[in-house]
Amino acid sequence: MNYFPDEVIEHVFDFIASHRDRNSISLVCKSWHKIERFSRKQVFIGNCYAINPERLIGRFPCLKSLTLKGKPHFADFNLVPYEWGGFVLPWIEALARSRVGLEELRLKRMVVTDESLELLSRSFANFKSLVLVSCEGFTTDGLASIAANCRHLRELDLQENEIDDHRGQWLNCFPDSCTTLTSLNFACLKGETNVAALERLVARSPNLKSLKLNRAVPLEALARLMSCAPQLLDLGVGSYENEPDPESFTKLMAAIKKCTSLRSLSGFLEVAPLCLPAFYPICQNLISLNLSYAAEIQGNHLIKLIQLCKRLQRLWILDSIGDKGLVVVADTCKELQELRVFPSDIHGEEDNNAAVTEVGLVAISAGCPKLHSILYFCKQMTNAALITVARNCPNFIRFRLCILEPHKPDHITSQSLDEGFGAIVQACKGLRRLSVSGLLNDQVFLYIGMYAEQLEMLSIAFAGDTDKGMLYVLNGCKKLRKLEIRDSPFGNAALLADVHKYETMRSLWMSSCEVTLGGCKRLAQNSPRLNVEIINENENNRMERNEEDEREKVDKLYLYRTVVGTRKDAPPYVRIL
Amino acid sequence: MAYEKVNELNLKDTELCLGLPGRTEEIKQEQEVSCVRSNNKRQFEETLDDEESTPPTKTQIVGWPPVRSYRKNNSVSYVKVSMDGAPYLRKIDLKTYKNYPELLKALENMFKFTVGEYSEREGYKGSGFVPTYEDKDGDWMLVGDVPWDMFSSSCKRLRIMKGSDAPALDSSSL
Repeated sequence: MNYFPDEVIEHVFDFIASHRDRNSISLVCKSWHKIERFSRKQVFIGNCYAINPERLIGRFPCLKSLTLKGKPHFADFNLVPYEWGGFVLPWIEALARSRVGLEELRLKRMVVTDESLELLSRSFANFKSLVLVSCEGFTTDGLASIAANCRHLRELDLQENEIDDHRGQWLNCFPDSCTTLTSLNFACLKGETNVAALERLVARSPNLKSLKLNRAVPLEALARLMSCAPQLLDLGVGSYENEPDPESFTKLMAAIKKCTSLRSLSGFLEVAPLCLPAFYPICQNLISLNLSYAAEIQGNHLIKLIQLCKRLQRLWILDSIGDKGLVVVADTCKELQELRVFPSDIHGEEDNNAAVTEVGLVAISAGCPKLHSILYFCKQMTNAALITVARNCPNFIRFRLCILEPHKPDHITSQSLDEGFGAIVQACKGLRRLSVSGLLNDQVFLYIGMYAEQLEMLSIAFAGDTDKGMLYVLNGCKKLRKLEIRDSPFGNAALLADVHKYETMRSLWMSSCEVTLGGCKRLAQNSPRLNVEIINENENNRMERNEEDEREKVDKLYLYRTVVGTRKDAPPYVRIL
Repeated sequence: MAYEKVNELNLKDTELCLGLPGRTEEIKQEQEVSCVRSNNKRQFEETLDDEESTPPTKTQIVGWPPVRSYRKNNSVSYVKVSMDGAPYLRKIDLKTYKNYPELLKALENMFKFTVGEYSEREGYKGSGFVPTYEDKDGDWMLVGDVPWDMFSSSCKRLRIMKGSDAPALDSSSL
């Protein structure tokens, strides 16, 4: 490679897309580092506080696509207070100042404001794609800026964000000259939608491939929209009234039949099961189906629909499908790769007989040989079932099991589930992500440390007995990047045993564990390249005390590696040691 | 480790013990499993302060089950509504209402009645209909006393009591 001119090497690098591979390339020699730097178009930053915008831009001046993640994962479950951090504005300001030719911005768990969206929309002439996942802090006014100012916008994808809906006319803000949309997802907006404006927008977007509507788009409008966009690959259905009149229903059926390219279906946010049959004709083409928000569709209607989806690769569903429904999935969906079963009864109605159990999980594992990712919320589990699942499906990459009741043992033997999860990690040699639940001792962590060689992310809740549990994991899992633990008896001994380990990881989260302020301080002292953050929500009282009790347990600890030292934007209740 | 069950009765329920009912059972369970674990006391201590007799259920633990708050906020939570004298019950999704006036109006429409004027001191006066609800502890409470969010997350079912069945709160009016 030394004899090739730089342009040739750069051309070769063009074929390498994965950011990890590009990171590796850049370490080979100075020359490659330089070539790689200037040719890098896409940058992924898993923790926005690990680096700052100036250094990013300094190294990759030609970047076009930036992915940023802000808050730790447990923020999704309300464990991280509002205003903890993850503000995108400084990034957009820096990119704008440096005249980076930004075309794509993908954010996850960040605080986005209307101000930052406005700045974004005005600063980058070629801006094409905005994807916001689990973000907050903005309103439909910010969306209006994007619509109005981004002349080449192709993608606006809003997934599960908390957006203040000002019921304005943001859809009207797309100029008539905007015809380049390929993807529009506003399913998470709560307010009224200007349906007429939407129809006009869809009609002038011949390249539109993905459209996901919110609740406020009614059935008649759906039929018209689908008629305008028979080329759709991906549809999120909004509201779906209770009893459509026969004429509307007929129109809808006709429109759906024309959408022969449709491969992915989601939404059904308010549902009439009677309308589902309108979708039967295209079920055989579907590879992705997300009915996890369709709480009102009962098991039998779901089953009828799924029986027609023989090519399904991805299924997100509620546990109202029941074990019986999962058996149908196992019999029908032989191409299934990813399954997520969410709890329908989040608010605690005790008499929920329709939820799923180990029976459904075993059936799926037996029937779907290509399954590699699963997220499964269930009432109960057994070791025997997990051992069977492990034998049936050694190809798991992601295995997340959430037994709804903390500490619940094997419901037949009353033992802990250590052996069951142990079987999973032993059989699934490619396992990269694991979430454990139920009654678990230190033994399960011994297994994880021994066998989970490819494990990158581990989530632990209400598990373990002693510090040994955490130590097994830290010592054993060489590829561990993210470890998040809540309500488990791990303390300072585990935390401090190998401080350097954390520099090989992205982050560690520990809440309601046994670590103390003293332990965290000692950790911080020895680690200049780690930020050690303590979140104590009752901090105000403690700050006033003159003596700090180092034996006091820490509510929430979040530590992460960084090259830019402590951040300056933390709120008062976050203490950075 | 298992509950001692005799004819499906959990003997521990009837055991005499010091301390609030429910708590010691949970703690004993933990201790049987491991001698070293102590973390779970923290959450029980919290619930001791807040709630009197029930052990923490899964829905009282912050951030559990681990479902995105967006998903939690958008999930449907139907509760049964009964009205004294009505031939059948109805179901409503509490999530569709943002506050008490919206809920009461919907109930009034559904069952064709009007509810009286609410005051903290006297409950609902004026119409003879009193909206009540069963909370997570199984107690029947008057609708309107607690903040809306607290109500909507703890309400398990609604019952609209009619005049004669709803004894006045103020004993002097009997």
